[in-house]
Amino acid sequence: MSQDIYILAVLDGLSYAALLFLVALGMTLVFGVMNIVNMAHGSFYALGGYMAATLGLWATAHGASPAWSLLILPLAAIIVGCVFGALMETSLMQHIYNKDPILQLLITFSAFMIFEDLQRLVWGTQPYFVSDIVNYLGTADILGITYTRYQLMVVPGVALVVFVALRSFLKLSSIGRQIVAVSHNREISTALGINVKRISLLTFVVGSILGALAGALASPTVSWVPGIGGEMIVLSFAVVATAGLGQIEGALVAAILIGLARSFTVYLLPELEVLIPFLIMVLVLLFRPQGLFSVAQSRRV
Amino acid sequence: MKFKTLSRIFAGAVTVLAASGALAQSKPTELKVGITTFLSGPASVFGVPGMAAADLYIEQLNAAGGINGVKIVPTYIDEGVGADKLLSEYRRVVQETGTKVMLSAVSSGNCNIIAPVAEDLKVLNILWDCGTEKVLEEKRYRYVTRTQANATIEMLSTVLYLLKTKPDMKTIAVMNQDYAWGRDSWELFRNALLALKPDVKIVAELFPKFGATDYSTEISRLQALRPDVILSTSWGGDLDTFVRQASQRGLMKSSLLVLPLAESSLERLGTALPDGVIVGARGDHYFLHPQFKDEPKLKNFTKKFQEKTGAYPIYPVFHMVQALDGLVAGYQKAIKVNKGQWPSTEQVADAMRGLEFRGLTGTVKIREDGQGLEDQLLGVTRKVAGYNFPVLEKIMIYPADLISTPVGQKSPEWVKTIKPELINNPRFKQLN
Amino acid sequence: MNRAKIVVILLALVALLLPVALPWIKTPLILGTAFGIAALGISILIISGQISFGHAMFVCAGGYAVAFVSRQWPHLDSAWLLAVGATTGVILGIVVGSFVVRYRAIFFGMLNLALSMVLFAALGKFFNLTGGTDGLRLERAPFFGMNLERDAFESVLLVVGVALALLSGWLVQRYLRSVAGQALSAIKTNETRLEYVGISAYQTLWIGYIISATLCGLSGAIFAIAQGLVTPEMGYWVRSGEIVFVAILGGVGHPVGAFIGAGIFEFVKLFAAAYLTGAWQMVLGFVLIAMVFLAPRGISAMLEQRTTSKREDV
Repeated sequence: MSQDIYILAVLDGLSYAALLFLVALGMTLVFGVMNIVNMAHGSFYALGGYMAATLGLWATAHGASPAWSLLILPLAAIIVGCVFGALMETSLMQHIYNKDPILQLLITFSAFMIFEDLQRLVWGTQPYFVSDIVNYLGTADILGITYTRYQLMVVPGVALVVFVALRSFLKLSSIGRQIVAVSHNREISTALGINVKRISLLTFVVGSILGALAGALASPTVSWVPGIGGEMIVLSFAVVATAGLGQIEGALVAAILIGLARSFTVYLLPELEVLIPFLIMVLVLLFRPQGLFSVAQSRRV
Repeated sequence: MKFKTLSRIFAGAVTVLAASGALAQSKPTELKVGITTFLSGPASVFGVPGMAAADLYIEQLNAAGGINGVKIVPTYIDEGVGADKLLSEYRRVVQETGTKVMLSAVSSGNCNIIAPVAEDLKVLNILWDCGTEKVLEEKRYRYVTRTQANATIEMLSTVLYLLKTKPDMKTIAVMNQDYAWGRDSWELFRNALLALKPDVKIVAELFPKFGATDYSTEISRLQALRPDVILSTSWGGDLDTFVRQASQRGLMKSSLLVLPLAESSLERLGTALPDGVIVGARGDHYFLHPQFKDEPKLKNFTKKFQEKTGAYPIYPVFHMVQALDGLVAGYQKAIKVNKGQWPSTEQVADAMRGLEFRGLTGTVKIREDGQGLEDQLLGVTRKVAGYNFPVLEKIMIYPADLISTPVGQKSPEWVKTIKPELINNPRFKQLN
Repeated sequence: MNRAKIVVILLALVALLLPVALPWIKTPLILGTAFGIAALGISILIISGQISFGHAMFVCAGGYAVAFVSRQWPHLDSAWLLAVGATTGVILGIVVGSFVVRYRAIFFGMLNLALSMVLFAALGKFFNLTGGTDGLRLERAPFFGMNLERDAFESVLLVVGVALALLSGWLVQRYLRSVAGQALSAIKTNETRLEYVGISAYQTLWIGYIISATLCGLSGAIFAIAQGLVTPEMGYWVRSGEIVFVAILGGVGHPVGAFIGAGIFEFVKLFAAAYLTGAWQMVLGFVLIAMVFLAPRGISAMLEQRTTSKREDV
């Protein structure tokens, strides 16, 4: 079995890594452009999942086939990102750009607290498990282990598509290049005539959509309960810190690294599984605090 | 005016006389009962029906006059907020509202924490749903009592049923929740299994955290190992998620699943639970119990419960009714001993020992150490027409007195002394 | 600072006298003072411009140390247990601080967060050593040699708690007025200049970190003794966030701010638990947002005499 373990661990790890990547991507994008760590980012993950569950239940009640889920999941993410993301950006984030970094973090932490209670008020405290799409897509047998096609193909597939799409968007499109400009230097971008305010709003909304998309993709596979946002935040910190703030390609590698490390640990040293992402984060921060892929800044770390 | 003054003096005299009576307590207008259960998080699918049962049954009791005319007023506390917040809230309810009777808790971890606090606060605490045997074995309590069975009785009956169903099993893996219940129940199961069949190989011991929402990697590992039997004493949302994910990936095709707490998940899981899974009910609690399903008490309650919640009662519901029935029986015994006067908390706590009463199914007996004894029901799932979830067949009943640790001994050691002859003891009857 | 002194006396009086009217409020008050002491510790770091989202690990470590010691030696006096908690904070602060204080800004915050999550995960996982997610229980130990019933014990603990709060507030104030303490705010404004003057930023921040860890460890000890229970949740990152929250809410300008913040926090939690069931986080979230925009230097700043310059930072 020993050879097979590696392949199985890789397969298990990839699906988890894909989710980590999507969440981390949103956070790192927002940091790159606005220089703020959004502590409420995990809440978008949670809200995305809840919205997906609600839409899924609504669709089933109207007799729709589970295949529609493939459209519903991104739709849920877009709704959450546009509504809650835009709301948060315009009412809060916009007004704190010039404030003390500690206050900025506190504001996003307050937003996290508000979102936590908001979830409970709207969706209640009982778990949601809307998994029709997973059952619909069936299973695939690999080396005698049955995996769901959803876990093997849909989740990593979406993550990969998003990665490629985002990279090309940032490199090739006009708005994308403006975003990159703003992430390098806000003041000069304004001087160049870029509408920084609009770019910030756009980036924040896109970041929120990405976080919500991760949640929407995850919700058919796991039980969705309050508190899931809080757990996801620290895991996405682990990825972002390991990769380096603002690094997109790095986030992909870091997510895969952490995802694989975790699944290998479950096979080899199961008791350490929960510790692994944070141990990696500590080690990276200790020896290369700017992350594995960052270029060192002149600012002393 | 005169009459008022006179009656006031008279009332004052009576009160003084009554207060000077040695053991007499004036009958309160209402009996406040604090109830802890899971109202949030994955365990809430298990805990909320318990609350509904309490509401329904207390309403019934009050309509029939309450306890000697005293109505019961419940307050609910959420266990889902975590142990230390629960403890704060427990203390606040006891101290701020003067509640003297508490029904707590569902989680074995919380029971371990609350029992000494209840003893310290001198409130009667009924362990209404937690299973760990350690809470009543490690310390003798006056104020803490249990109106249901414990892990020893439940795990032993599960081992016996398993060995009767699949005597040739060779390998087993366990996946339990990582907290008191998950760890304690496995310790007992393992000791009993190895005592009865020493050649069994344990191939994996997995303990995902309580409230984990994803078991994919554990399921992959279990599939790779292919044990004959997979045991899980999980319950609530955790069990639901595990079964659903396992079902999606066909884990049941390669291993026999033994789920001693799954009676509480049958309806919610529906078609996700295939035939042939061994299911237990932490007691003889099953709305289709062959001996009791046509008895008016169970039948009527099942009907009312369905009307209220839209679902069939599950074993936490039975446990809640049992706890309330036990409380009422305890009060009535104490009132008799106290010659018709309302008893003190201490008197009721003492009356609970040696109590025998019935909930919705079989008789429950409480021993001198506060531990409850109830028969155990186990069966195998099978889909039948008429229900969109599996029902249980090949039901066997295990009387508690044959499978409970003697008072004063420690269970993990005692179960090692079980002899294989017990598997076929004639008192273990199969009902259908 | 006269207004501040009045507030200090008022708070202490409220804490000591309120239980006469409402006996059940003793435990929330004790927990409130514990929270305030932890927030006092965090405010030291905030003054240096660094925010730690992991200081709950010192609270947690202090609590668990007390639990381990008390279970091993059940007759050890509670006063000694409090010392155990503080000592744990000192030792851990020295060890962890030695490498953590090399970092600044977001990296400082994240490293602290990561370390606290490692502790949290480890405590939750190693069931046989730490009791896992159920935590560890400890029995009530004698206090100052007296074996007390619950009621009297809580009263003594409350008085001791308030005394410790006053003592730590006074000591922190003295520290902040000393050279080492004044150097802290220089780390925030211009670290290079500080080094130029000949003061080591590393040592300054290290000392500040150790003091903050000690206070958090002491806070954890009070918590453990009051509840008789320690759980890994004590070290969860959201708890660290709450400590920071309380410190900012109250303001770091004067030590009393930490306790004002803690008082408001506990009050809203109690109030919301009774009336709004479960929306206390939302209420506090809005309160803090309002504070940041309207009074960014916290409530205690409102007690200070108005200065001519209106600073926009903490």
